[in-house]
Amino acid sequence: MTSYRLSSGGLIDRTASLNFKFDGKSFTGHPGDTLASALIANGVHLMGRSFKYHRPRGVITAGAAEPNALVELREGGRKEANTRATMIELYEGLTAQSQNRWPSLDFDIGAINSLASSMFVAGFYYKTFMWPKSFWEKIYEPIIRKAAGLGTASKEADPDKYEKAYAHCDLLVIGSGPTGLMAALTAGRSGARVILADESARLGGSLLNEREEIDGDSGIAWADGVIAELGSMPNVTLMPRTTVFGWYDGNIFGAAERVNDHVIAPSPYEPRQRYWRIIAKKAVLAAGAEERPVAFGGNDIPGVMLASAMRTYANRYAAAAGKSVVVFTNNDSGYRTARDMKAHGVHVEAIVDSRSESKADAGGVPVLRGRRIADVGGKKLAAGIELDDHTHIGCDAVAMSGGWSPIVNLACHRGGRPAWNDQILGFVPPDTGKDFIVAGAAAGRMLLSECLADGARAGTLKGKAPATPKCRDEAFAIAPLWWVKESHGKAFIDYQNDSTAKDLPLAAREGYRDIELAKRYTTTGMATDQGKLGNVNAIAILAEATGKSMEQVGTTTFRPYYTPVSFGAFAGPFHGHHFQPVRKTPLHDWADELGAVFVETGLWMRSSWFPLEGEDWLAAASREVVATRERVGICDVSTLGKIDVQGKDAGAFLDKLYCNTFSTLAVGRARYGLMLREDGIVYDDGTTSRLADDHYVMTTTTANAAKVMAQMEFAHQALFPELDVTYVTVTEQWAQMAVAGPKARATLQKIVDGLEMNDQSVPYMAALEVTVLNGVPARLFRLSFSGEHAYELAVPADYGNMVARAVMQAGDEFGIVPYGVEALSIMRIEKGHVAGGELNGTTTAADLGLGKMMSSKKDYIGRMMAQRPGLTDPNRQCVVGIRPVDPQDRIRSGSHILKDGDRPSMAADQGYVCSVAWSPMLNMWIGLALIANGRARHGEVVQVWDGLRGHKVMGEICDPVHFDKENKRLHA
Amino acid sequence: MLIPCPHCGTRPVEEFTFLGDASVKRPASNDPSSMEQWYDYVYLRNNPKGRFDEFVHHSGGCRAWLVISRDTETHEVFGCVTVRDYGKTKGGKA
Repeated sequence: MTSYRLSSGGLIDRTASLNFKFDGKSFTGHPGDTLASALIANGVHLMGRSFKYHRPRGVITAGAAEPNALVELREGGRKEANTRATMIELYEGLTAQSQNRWPSLDFDIGAINSLASSMFVAGFYYKTFMWPKSFWEKIYEPIIRKAAGLGTASKEADPDKYEKAYAHCDLLVIGSGPTGLMAALTAGRSGARVILADESARLGGSLLNEREEIDGDSGIAWADGVIAELGSMPNVTLMPRTTVFGWYDGNIFGAAERVNDHVIAPSPYEPRQRYWRIIAKKAVLAAGAEERPVAFGGNDIPGVMLASAMRTYANRYAAAAGKSVVVFTNNDSGYRTARDMKAHGVHVEAIVDSRSESKADAGGVPVLRGRRIADVGGKKLAAGIELDDHTHIGCDAVAMSGGWSPIVNLACHRGGRPAWNDQILGFVPPDTGKDFIVAGAAAGRMLLSECLADGARAGTLKGKAPATPKCRDEAFAIAPLWWVKESHGKAFIDYQNDSTAKDLPLAAREGYRDIELAKRYTTTGMATDQGKLGNVNAIAILAEATGKSMEQVGTTTFRPYYTPVSFGAFAGPFHGHHFQPVRKTPLHDWADELGAVFVETGLWMRSSWFPLEGEDWLAAASREVVATRERVGICDVSTLGKIDVQGKDAGAFLDKLYCNTFSTLAVGRARYGLMLREDGIVYDDGTTSRLADDHYVMTTTTANAAKVMAQMEFAHQALFPELDVTYVTVTEQWAQMAVAGPKARATLQKIVDGLEMNDQSVPYMAALEVTVLNGVPARLFRLSFSGEHAYELAVPADYGNMVARAVMQAGDEFGIVPYGVEALSIMRIEKGHVAGGELNGTTTAADLGLGKMMSSKKDYIGRMMAQRPGLTDPNRQCVVGIRPVDPQDRIRSGSHILKDGDRPSMAADQGYVCSVAWSPMLNMWIGLALIANGRARHGEVVQVWDGLRGHKVMGEICDPVHFDKENKRLHA
Repeated sequence: MLIPCPHCGTRPVEEFTFLGDASVKRPASNDPSSMEQWYDYVYLRNNPKGRFDEFVHHSGGCRAWLVISRDTETHEVFGCVTVRDYGKTKGGKA
């Protein structure tokens, strides 16, 4: 294979060699190479296949905008698809695979699409795959999905670490070319905290790619001097390999740092990538400008590339794009490529300049003025060109320049639209305010001296900008040329998505005249490069087709991310066990010892049932219910929200929060409370106990604990700031267990210190501060959710496991069982107690049968709106019990209630079943339902219709209290 | 977006929870004749383009309810005070 490595020059280290593999073949390159430059140096020009036509493709650019040379980098769990070869630093042992080809890059079956290309015009999918409709899901879509897509994702887990980090600075400089270096240097010398970020591994930007003269020295030497000075300043942070991808509110910038993408595997102590959030007082966008291709036939054949890319490969990487070059340009900058290639000893056949005159220095290369390339010959490598006047010229590489587009992306991320500039033929940035300054080529300043001066101005945070070094300017003049219509071959606008110049007038003819519509119809600008190269050409061609100006057509919307960011960087360390915290109750270990099955409830792990050998959840929960009702059971209720409320006005505050009254509650007693929303709907419930005149402990449901706390803070701070009260969540400070059943008192009596427990000392709804087990502080509440004679015992969290074990030991002689939330839920449905299924954000206190709790003697949240006619209508759905007429039948949650004989319809709907359980006490399925005017309909036989499961049984509306209606057990 | 919490200093927006229009005032009366005011209080919220005062809760910080004044179009933040201090100034000014 012929070497295309130039014999001298370049910023590569020729003393070291790096071995790498592309499509299984071994090559060598040097430190300083990218994968693309190393492949070019090895004579490999074919690097990928295009998306739709599978055309052979080589590199077009030498940077971030690369649409063609996309590869799968690395293997196994570290494989990364659609990686731009132009941005991959070469390292020892690198492996990469080409994409979107089968069976090989050189011979690709999919290229047959190209023969049928007259079919594959814009809108092809919409036109072809519409009929018959039934074919879409089964036939068309799977085929299209298989053919589409570029690289494939790895199915293995990514073994590497990712980090998130924050940084603050006085000035963030984005881009380290002449503008960025000058800005950073100026600000750095003034003592400001500066961050200089650049996507490349080596700082210097365009100065590394071009042959410039600054301060009587080469541009590279000047850049190295500035970077050395910046590196020595403690107030300056240099961030190479860092792409600033977005500009957000508050002058916050997002950035992805590729910490270890240039090694096979990161050290175990370092991340692969770091996701930065940079909070900048001021920022400078010095991102430079992107060269545009020209649309002519075969402008995608390997060997055809941007003029700036060709000279970058030669100047920076000492890699020649070909042996014989033709330059095609509509502006002066193309002449630099001709001169640079000639200086490197590469033959330059001619400069084809579309303009009739130019003052640019051709360096002795023949110039064909007023001429244009119509077509490029060759398939997998350029083989000569044909001009619009049918002249043929031999060559194996074509450098093209259609002008320059300032890289305005970040400047437009917050909604600004760029404006067209007729002088430079490019879109220039909108007003970005005083804290984000666009400078240099990114602002449309095309001369080096302008860039240096602009950088110095942008880096001056106060006072006068310093003088800038002397430099040599290249002329910049340009005349419009977007599309050579004499072309016979395909002239590509968006390389990656294979949209051609002809697609745009077609889109306009078919009515997609707006740029946003034309974009979607032709897919121009929708590939991974987001139209960095093609969009301005597309706008120009659409402008001509629709008779509008560039300004009138305008651009599509610029959004983050400037270049793709890996999912790993977004996720950072938050995956697996770190995705969200796990909350374990203070009784977790105790429950675990007893074989509890835990179920996630929000973040909590709750013990749900305690299976014995061979039991499923229903058998275990049923046994737990029976044992509790016959003997005694213990259940972990620590997840209930607990809020400690203290202060002179604690009672008055609770009176505002709850619809019932707490200021009248006696010390040492508990009361059930119902909390409404301000619109009159029930919000939450729970018991609140008064431990002292100015000290209450309230409980909330598990699900609403955090929301109720926030609501209390709002009520106190915003609505009732005059109340003297403080409150704090103590959910995690207390372990709480329910001990229920006929033997509950006898069990607890054995561990409570110095208290003879009876109905006088511990009456129903008592709330006492006691000690247990010889001095462990505890709170003893006589509360019951199960309907049994029951208690709740709270102890400081760290005592929880010990006390629970002691309760088990004390209850052993009575046959105590631990029970989980499943048994808890069965028992509350047996007793008709409302919970989450009924407190569902649609029910009022009256709907729940708790209307009498609403005080008429005080103001409270929700009082007024609860009186609205719609919330007091007697035909509202209210809570009733429901049970099957035939006890063998099963009622399912979510079933709708219909009158006997009615067909299912919205109009006939009477309500629905909100909670169901298998009752081991009644030996049948029972439930709670919300039924229109239900309390007046006890005894009515209705249909319980489950349309989802295709299931219907007859049910009877009944009292919600299914078991022990007289509450004899509660007071036993 | 960054929010200058009067207690905690400038903190990222992710630490805060928004509740919307801070101009609403809870009626003092429970008289049935005040029902119209209650409807407005519970359901009417302004949502202007431009400068806007909103309730925010520093839920991931000091737990204070605050009123932030910001431009809903540019997200420029003009000021931020505690809801108590906001209530003390007539008509409110964050």
